Amino acid sequence: MTSIGTGYDLSASTYSPDGRIFQVEYANKAVENSGTAIGLRVKDGVVLAVEKLVHSKLLVPGANRRIQTIDKHVGLASSGLLADGRHVANRARDEAANYGDLYHTPIPLKHLVERVGMYFQAYTLYSSVRPFGCSTIVGAVDKTGPALYVVEPSGVAYGYHGAAIGKGRALAKTELEKLNLLELSTREAVFEAARIIYLVHDDTKEKEFELEMSWIGDETNGLHLPVPKGLLDEASRKAKAALENFE
Amino acid sequence: MPDGSHEQPQQRQFNPYTENGGTILAIAGADFTVIAGDTRQSEGYSIQTRYAPKVFRLTERAVLAVNGFAADGNMFVKKVKQRLEWYRHAHAKEMPLRAIARLIQTMLYAQRFFPYYVYNILGGIEEDGSGAVYSFDPVGSYEREACRAAGAAQSLVQPFLDNQIYFKNQTPAAGSSHPTHLPLNDVLSIVIDSFTSATERHIEVGDGLEIYVVLAKGRSTEDLASIRGLQELSAKDEGDRMFIIRRDLKKD
Amino acid sequence: MDHFPSAWGRPRNDQNDMYNTYPIHQRPSSHTNTFTEGVQRTQQPIVTGTSVLAIQYKDGIMMAADNLASYGSLARFKDIQRLHPVGPSTVIGASGDMSDFQHLQHTLDALITDEFTQSDGEANALGPAEVHEYLSRVLYSRRSKMDPIWNALLVGGLQDGKRFLAYVDLLGTTYSAPSIATGYGAHIAIPLLRDVVDGHQDTLTEEDARQLLHDCMRVLYYRDARSLDKSNSFTASYSISLYQLATVTATGVSISDQIKLDTTWAFAEGLRGYGAQTQ
Repeated sequence: MTSIGTGYDLSASTYSPDGRIFQVEYANKAVENSGTAIGLRVKDGVVLAVEKLVHSKLLVPGANRRIQTIDKHVGLASSGLLADGRHVANRARDEAANYGDLYHTPIPLKHLVERVGMYFQAYTLYSSVRPFGCSTIVGAVDKTGPALYVVEPSGVAYGYHGAAIGKGRALAKTELEKLNLLELSTREAVFEAARIIYLVHDDTKEKEFELEMSWIGDETNGLHLPVPKGLLDEASRKAKAALENFE
Repeated sequence: MPDGSHEQPQQRQFNPYTENGGTILAIAGADFTVIAGDTRQSEGYSIQTRYAPKVFRLTERAVLAVNGFAADGNMFVKKVKQRLEWYRHAHAKEMPLRAIARLIQTMLYAQRFFPYYVYNILGGIEEDGSGAVYSFDPVGSYEREACRAAGAAQSLVQPFLDNQIYFKNQTPAAGSSHPTHLPLNDVLSIVIDSFTSATERHIEVGDGLEIYVVLAKGRSTEDLASIRGLQELSAKDEGDRMFIIRRDLKKD
Repeated sequence: MDHFPSAWGRPRNDQNDMYNTYPIHQRPSSHTNTFTEGVQRTQQPIVTGTSVLAIQYKDGIMMAADNLASYGSLARFKDIQRLHPVGPSTVIGASGDMSDFQHLQHTLDALITDEFTQSDGEANALGPAEVHEYLSRVLYSRRSKMDPIWNALLVGGLQDGKRFLAYVDLLGTTYSAPSIATGYGAHIAIPLLRDVVDGHQDTLTEEDARQLLHDCMRVLYYRDARSLDKSNSFTASYSISLYQLATVTATGVSISDQIKLDTTWAFAEGLRGYGAQTQ
């Protein structure tokens, strides 16, 4: 890489002559190398799914969850450094609770990602800290309906109909683009999400993975909940079957 | 006002205390201690509940009875238990009875200017194997005694105990003397009679009776064999042992 | 114990004893206590709710409270809810200051959300025992700061198949019983409730429980009120003819719509000084 050895990549508080902050770009590398996470914003809800790479057979199934709950109606999936993702999730919870205390109403996702974005951004300003090595897909059903955002290490937060981060993001994005997300029901989206995660998983390079999914919609009463085991198993089964047809 | 004068502006003051009735009592024998309390909780003329324990097991050999303002009592017991747990973690043994007594004094006096409105009676077995009762006032004054009653019916029960335990106003028959310690069965009868009588004469006493009996290590349990409603609390039968006796009292 | 016979059988805490000489042993008591002066004053209840009733029955617990919030003797708000679900298996009912109660509702909702977000998908929500313990700690700590939360609360629910019903008030006083009532209900309704409930918690059916609370709410409406049942009148009344019932059973918490009390006032016409008689 061109940045190495120039001295402009040693601190988040130093620009390169062409106006880049290499520490932030390195943080993005941490995301690009981790398991895929996707989010689907559909007609009546949001579905989050992650490909959780299992690095050891000794791990308890279901441990080290990468999808977390921020508020009753808000879910967050992270890619990159898991510990950074958890720290960001805790910050997001504080922001959501703070908003709730002040306004006695659930925080709209737009406001939440703005605050979380500002938090990310603060870690791109100082030489004494490193930017977060994670990106997050944040989904909710708020007073405006379903909403989906991605917050990146730089602090930018864009809204999406479908989002993908991590190793398999390119393929996942092309698959998401094929879907008619505005017409899909949340339940249908669960099956599509599972299919995409199975599709982008490269089992020649990676070993095992666990499919982790959550949803928010009418079926969950507006709550962010893990996809029930029965539905998750069915979605995995169909995803595997679809994969064989695909190949 | 009727006489034309102006009433002073009144400020209503929040009173952080109330009285929740009930009575507790403890009697020490040579190698046992009995600690008892009724289970009624009341406020004013209302019975709030017929079962709210006032007597609590602290360790294998210590029992604490609390009476007065129930909220303070419950909080105080919670904090004493917490301190005893910390002691166990630090020293890998249970705190001896006389140390618990001093601890309770310290904890009560710490609240000297906003006291726990609670009368405490601590009973159990000392390290030397003798039965002991410690009684406290709300700000921590305490002494070791052979017996003590406290609470709503203290003024009914304590004179009875003075007479029956300390033999006050009794003259021994010529050539004989009063015993220094009574046998367990006599003590249990006195305790039960105290509470049935207090129930008769005091509106805040009644509903249920819980009697804790702590026996010194190696003491025979023979005289408890015939007691109705007895339940052992100690897990092992070596060392000091603890029992509870539950009885009904009149509910009117 | 009070040894002065003139004090027996009369209300306690009389500020001055009109039937005895002064000074006397230990009476009168509280009105000038050492700590009174120099301590900053707290508050007093402003908009208040009256009694809450609750009982245990065969399938769980049942709780009732009317929909009135009074401003002194003015019936100020006639459509407020005093029963509040907390998590999946708990309901609380509040008498006393309604703004304090709303503050507690918000605190509890935040607590439940906190548990929900931290639970990581595991279902281990707070049950009634935990909610009651939490409220006891909050109310006791506030009374200890001489800044009380001016409520008497009932907490009821069902956890692991076990019924739970308990009380906590502004002093932090707690207790648990098969039937509990706050406020005026503790005097008027408790004897009726204990008669039916105590010792029969395992057999009392939902229908009978419902009927029992309905009857008690009617008695309270008759006796804890100073006005007639004119639905638009805003005159003195501490109780209202509309109430709600909450049940917690194995299927969860449910809070009913408003239930109307059927009351009869025709007899009043015949009462001297009540109806339109001239004699």
